[in-house]
Amino acid sequence: MKYIDEFRDGELARVLAAAIAREARPGASYNLMEFCGGHTHAISRYGIKDLLPANVRMIHGPGCPVCVLPIGRIDNAIELASRPNVILATYADTMRVPASKGLSLMKAKARGADVRMVYSSADALKLARDNPSREVVFFAIGFETTTPPTAVAVREAAAQGLSNFSVFCNHVLTPAAIANILESREVRELGTVPLDGFVGPAHVSTVIGSQPYEYFAEEYQRPVVIAGFEPLDVMQAILMLVRQLNDGRAEVENEFTRAVTREGNVKAKALVAEVFELRRTFEWRGLGEVPYSALRIKEKYRAFDAEARYAIEYRSVPDNKACECGAILRGVKKPTDCKVFGTVCTPENPIGSCMVSSEGACAAHYTYGRFKDVPVVAGNAAP
Amino acid sequence: MCLAIPARVVALPEADTALIEVDGVRKRVSLSLVDGVAPGDYVIVHVGYALTRLDPEAAARTLALFAEAGIRASAA
Amino acid sequence: MSRVRSGYVRPIDFKHGRVDMTHGSGGRAMAQLIEELFLSEFDNEWLRAGNDSARIAMPAGRLVVATDSHVVSPLFFPGGDIGSLAVHGTINDVAMSGAAPLYLAATFVLEEGFPLADLKRIVASMAAASHAAGVPVVTGDTKVVEQGKGDGVFITTTGIGVVPEGIDIAGDRARPGDAILVSGTLGDHGVAIMSLRENLSFETTIESDSAALHGLVAAMVGAVPAIHCLRDPTRGGLATTLNELARQSGCGMVIRERDLPVKREVAAACEFLGLDPLYVANEGKLVAVAPAADAQRLLAAMRDHPLGRYAAIVGEAIEDPMHFVQMETSFGGRRNVDWLTGEQLPRIC
Repeated sequence: MKYIDEFRDGELARVLAAAIAREARPGASYNLMEFCGGHTHAISRYGIKDLLPANVRMIHGPGCPVCVLPIGRIDNAIELASRPNVILATYADTMRVPASKGLSLMKAKARGADVRMVYSSADALKLARDNPSREVVFFAIGFETTTPPTAVAVREAAAQGLSNFSVFCNHVLTPAAIANILESREVRELGTVPLDGFVGPAHVSTVIGSQPYEYFAEEYQRPVVIAGFEPLDVMQAILMLVRQLNDGRAEVENEFTRAVTREGNVKAKALVAEVFELRRTFEWRGLGEVPYSALRIKEKYRAFDAEARYAIEYRSVPDNKACECGAILRGVKKPTDCKVFGTVCTPENPIGSCMVSSEGACAAHYTYGRFKDVPVVAGNAAP
Repeated sequence: MCLAIPARVVALPEADTALIEVDGVRKRVSLSLVDGVAPGDYVIVHVGYALTRLDPEAAARTLALFAEAGIRASAA
Repeated sequence: MSRVRSGYVRPIDFKHGRVDMTHGSGGRAMAQLIEELFLSEFDNEWLRAGNDSARIAMPAGRLVVATDSHVVSPLFFPGGDIGSLAVHGTINDVAMSGAAPLYLAATFVLEEGFPLADLKRIVASMAAASHAAGVPVVTGDTKVVEQGKGDGVFITTTGIGVVPEGIDIAGDRARPGDAILVSGTLGDHGVAIMSLRENLSFETTIESDSAALHGLVAAMVGAVPAIHCLRDPTRGGLATTLNELARQSGCGMVIRERDLPVKREVAAACEFLGLDPLYVANEGKLVAVAPAADAQRLLAAMRDHPLGRYAAIVGEAIEDPMHFVQMETSFGGRRNVDWLTGEQLPRIC
C-alpha cells in the first residue's frame, strides 16, 4: 500500500532506533506524551517501546474519543435508540461501551432498539432519506478529524430539507484536552508527572493545522512534534523531540509534512465553524468538567440538533471506584498500576473507558503488551 | 485516534465524489472537504471523506529523513 | 370438457413461490418440497430410499463426528453461499482430526416467507459442493418457523468420517519446538462478507475462500503422519485458533508477521476498516502444528496441492507457562496476539 508500507519498513526502524539511542543523553530522562489514541495503538501494535532506550518513556494521553465519552452520554444514546420511531446510526466504536444498568448499544440492539452501524455520516443521511417515516439520529463522536464530516451531513440535511434527521453531538477538542493535562496539579505544581514533550495527533492536525499547538509550546515551554500515523513517523517524531529537548528548544515541528500544513484544512474549518459552536463546559470521562472543550450545534441548525428535538436529560455517572482511568488518561498512572487491570477489567469485560476502545491505554497494553509484564521466562523474552 | 488512510483517486464519477483505490480495493468517498482534486492525486480518507491531499514530494522528503538519521550519526 | 389428470401434482413454483408453514408440517406440501428440491438436488441412494434415517456400512477405523450450524448473513457472497459454507465447514471439522469425511446430514430451519428461488439456489450449491467433495448428504430434516423468528434460513450439518490407524491429531498435542504452518492467505472470507454488509460496502474482487480441505489434509497426513495439530481458523481468525491450541496444549507460540500470507486487497480492506487480518475469518484454510524436523516436507506437500499453494511456515511453539501467542512484528518489535474480544467490529478511531 503506497504511502503506508514504506512508513512501516523494519530496516528504517532499526536506523531510527539507533539514532534515538545515540542521541538520548544518558542520565537525562525524556518523558513524552503521545496525545492521540491512534498513536497509542501504533506504539503497542508495532512494539515501538522495544526499540526505545530505557530513558525515553512514552506516556499515553487522552486522545481517544470513545474513552473520554462519559457514561451518561452513552445512556442518552441508548435512550434515544430505544424510542420506537428512532433509528440510531453510530460508528461501530461505540457499540460495546458499557453504560448504566449493564447496558451497551450492542445489548440495547439485542433488546430491540434500532441501532445501525455506519461507516460514514453520509450513510446516516441515506438512512434518513430511505426511511422517511422514521427519525434518524446520528451519534456523532470524535475529535477535530471527525467533526467536518458531521458538519457536511448537517448542511446536506438542511439543503435537502431532511426533517427526519438529527445529530447527537459529542465532538470534542484537542487543544482543550492538552491544556487540561498541562494544567493538572500533578504536572503543573507537584511535578509528579514529568511531561517533557508531546507527540501531536496526525489526522486532527490535517484539519486544524500545526498553528494551534504553538500556544502550548510557548506558554508551557514543551516541544510538540506532529507525527504521521505510521510507526516510522512516530519514531521520527520521538527523535525530533529528543533533539529539541537536548537543544533546550520548545517549538512546534511537523513530521507529517505530507498531510499537515500550518493552517490546516481551511475549507473544513470553515464548515465546522458554520455548523458548530463551543459549549462552555463538557464532561470528559476521567478528566471531569473541561471548559470550552466540546461543540454543540448552532442555533441556525437547531432543527438538526437531537438535544433540542428530544428531551434528553443528561445525568453524570461516576466511574467504578476501583477504576484508575482518570489517572491513566492524564498520564499519572500506567495500566499496570490499576488494581483491576487484567483481572476484573479486561477487553471482554471493561470496567472503565481505557479498556473499552482498542486505542485506550489499558486495552492497547492488554492486547499487545502483557507479555512484558510477566517475569522473564526462557523463550518469551523480547529480543 | 482517527483512522485515516492514504488512497489514490481513480475517477471523479459525480460532483464532490471520488472513486478511490488502495491495492485493488475501491470505494466512493466525498470530496466536500477538499478542492481541486484530480485523478492520480492521493488523498487521506477518514469515515468516507477525503480530508486533504497528500503531498508526494513531502512524503519522499520524509522517507529520506528517516534514512538520513543513520548517515547523520555516523558523520557525527 | 376438462379432464382431471389422475395423480397430477402441480410442481412447486421455485421462481415466485415462498416458504410457508405447510412446508414444515409433515404433510403433502413438505413431502413435495423434499422430493422436488432436496431429493432432486442431492440425488443419492439413501435419500431415494425415502426413510427417516440412512443406513450405512460401518467403516473400519475410528469414527469421527462433527456438527456445525450456519447462520451467515448475507446468505450469498462472492465465492459461495450459506449452502456451500455448510458443506465445506463440516467436512473441514471432520478433516481436522485427520479423518476422511464419509457422510453428511443436513437440517434446515426455514423462515416463513423465504423465497423458494433462493432456497433452490442454496440447495443446488450444497449439492454441487457435496458432489465435488465426494461426501453425500444422506439424511436431513426441514422445519419452518413463523415470519420474524428466523433469518431466512439456518442450516446445520453433521458429518462423520474415519481416522486411519496411527494418526493422532488433536488440539493438545503441540509441543515446544514444533513448527506452525498455515495453508494459504488469511482473511479472505471475512473481508468478502464485510464487503457486502450494508454501509460498509466497497468494490473489491475478494472472494470467500470457502473450500473442502479433506483432500489437502489427506496429502499432508500422507507426507507427515506425525502431524500434531490441525485446525481451521474460522470465526476469530488465526489469532483465536492459535490461542486455543496454545491453551489446550499448554505451550506458548511465536509467529512472524512478515511470513503471514495476506492478499494485498485483503490487507487494504482491513486498513480501511481498522481490522486486523489475524482476527478475520477463513473458510478454506488450515493451521498445522508439526515436529520441526518434518516442517519442510509438510510445507512441500501442502504447496503441491491446489488449496495449499501459498502455504507458509509462520512460527513455532515455545515453552511458556502463560500460554501467550506472540508475534514478531515486521517492524522489529514484539507484541501479544491475544484472543478476540467479542466480534471484531470496524472502527473509525
